[in-house]
Amino acid sequence: MSLVCQRCQQSKATVHITDTLPDKRELHLCEDCAEKEGVIIKQHHQSTNEILQQLIKHKTGLGASDDLACPNCGMTFREFQLKGQLGCSHDYEAFKKVLDQLIERAHEGATHHVGKVPAKADETVRRQAGLLRLRRELQEAIEQENYEHAARVRDQIQALESV
Amino acid sequence: MTIDELTGKTGEWLRGVGPMSDVVISSRIRLARNLADRPFLPTASATERTEIYRCLADTITSTSAGSDALLVDIEQTDTLDREVLVERHLVSRQHANSDGSRGVTISPNETRALMINEEDHLRIQALRSGLELDALWAEVNGVDDTLAEHLAFAFDRKFGYLTACPTNVGTGIRVSVMLHLPALKLTKEIERVARAARDMHLAVRGMHGEGTDAVGDLYQLSNQTTLGKTEEEIIGVFSETIVPKIVEYERTARDSLVEHSPYQLDDKIWRAYGVLVNARRISSEETQSLLSPIRMAIHMERFTSMSVAALNELLLHTQPAHLQKLHGKTLEGEQRDIVRAEYLRSRLAL
Ligand SMILES: [Zn+2]
Ligand SMILES: [Zn+2]
Repeated sequence: MSLVCQRCQQSKATVHITDTLPDKRELHLCEDCAEKEGVIIKQHHQSTNEILQQLIKHKTGLGASDDLACPNCGMTFREFQLKGQLGCSHDYEAFKKVLDQLIERAHEGATHHVGKVPAKADETVRRQAGLLRLRRELQEAIEQENYEHAARVRDQIQALESV
Repeated sequence: MTIDELTGKTGEWLRGVGPMSDVVISSRIRLARNLADRPFLPTASATERTEIYRCLADTITSTSAGSDALLVDIEQTDTLDREVLVERHLVSRQHANSDGSRGVTISPNETRALMINEEDHLRIQALRSGLELDALWAEVNGVDDTLAEHLAFAFDRKFGYLTACPTNVGTGIRVSVMLHLPALKLTKEIERVARAARDMHLAVRGMHGEGTDAVGDLYQLSNQTTLGKTEEEIIGVFSETIVPKIVEYERTARDSLVEHSPYQLDDKIWRAYGVLVNARRISSEETQSLLSPIRMAIHMERFTSMSVAALNELLLHTQPAHLQKLHGKTLEGEQRDIVRAEYLRSRLAL
């Protein structure tokens, strides 16, 4: 059974309301009319991916972002487009050219954080850069069975961790 | 404490108390955080993922962030128990159903749930009944400070807390308020809520809705942007501006129903009760829809034989996973509907 919307008499009725007070008992409406009638809330929320796709479509020159890749985690911009998630904190720098605009757009024009700052912010920023790089280096050294180098890198990691 | 013990109880957020609890069912704040020295989850190896899980679980359970908490290793938890956690709003459905090392720490009264390895390494969440955003912020902010004494979270001077998805960057805060708006729906004024939310750049969506309609007249209001405003400013929009406004709309609509159509209103309430107490098979969705007018009626003092806390317990215990846990065995859909109807009859008979 497929009902036609009682309001516009055109679209298929997908919203069925059995009770409205004080007047009608039954309503069969399409989504658009149901929203105009005030009986449902339609979702207007855009996903990051939608925002991203739109941005890429409307701004010229961004097609070149395809070959952007993060030197730290190896994530490419194309992969980010597909997943909607970044690979590591360095990606904010690696994809800066495109990401800055995306962030501005997703946050109603905001470009800078003004909220809470962790007590040890400067130390954090320094350590995260160093540790992320060293951990990657350690993994590579182990994969290449270069254990001497791996041991050195591990010591560096431990030194940084114990600060 | 175990998941089995949780199942029989209701969490603090379902006590039905707190400011504006006639309309505001619950409020929640969560902060997204990532360990500074680890890759985000999309590129983390299985080993790294396990290390992140252990590091966070150890730090949480050895500090005031969660020394009294139940740590649930979700990877080692069966499907039904995972679903119980989703129905109790302690973990997201995505967290329950994804793969790999992940978990959650749950405080004894269930007001605090820290998800490990969901979309970000850590999601610090607090949940209470009624509109209690200031208390929630104090709680998550305190947990964040405690953990930051032992761990470094990814942070950047320009972009703030760095998150896997750039839509959460900055404060990493998500404020959400669950609203019960049956009268606005009945008077066909729900669009006023959507408009008010849009004006403030907030998202509003129906709860647990499969289709376009909100089940049980429950709506969730949440912020969409996390950058360029302080946490207090983001929270202030909810507690000082939009929530009081929507609560006022709903209360006015309830008053107008009493004034202009009291018989239709009572008819709706008592028909809902009639079905709940007589049905021989009933779905979880229909149960939620029928409990909605009864919840409103309790607050309007037109239905006095049940408390809101008791109604919330019904709402929770009739959901599929809870129903099966309480029944002591797994049930197929059709069987569940029969057991649910029996349960409702036993609990609702006057
Ligand atoms: Zn229509
Ligand atoms: Zn990266």
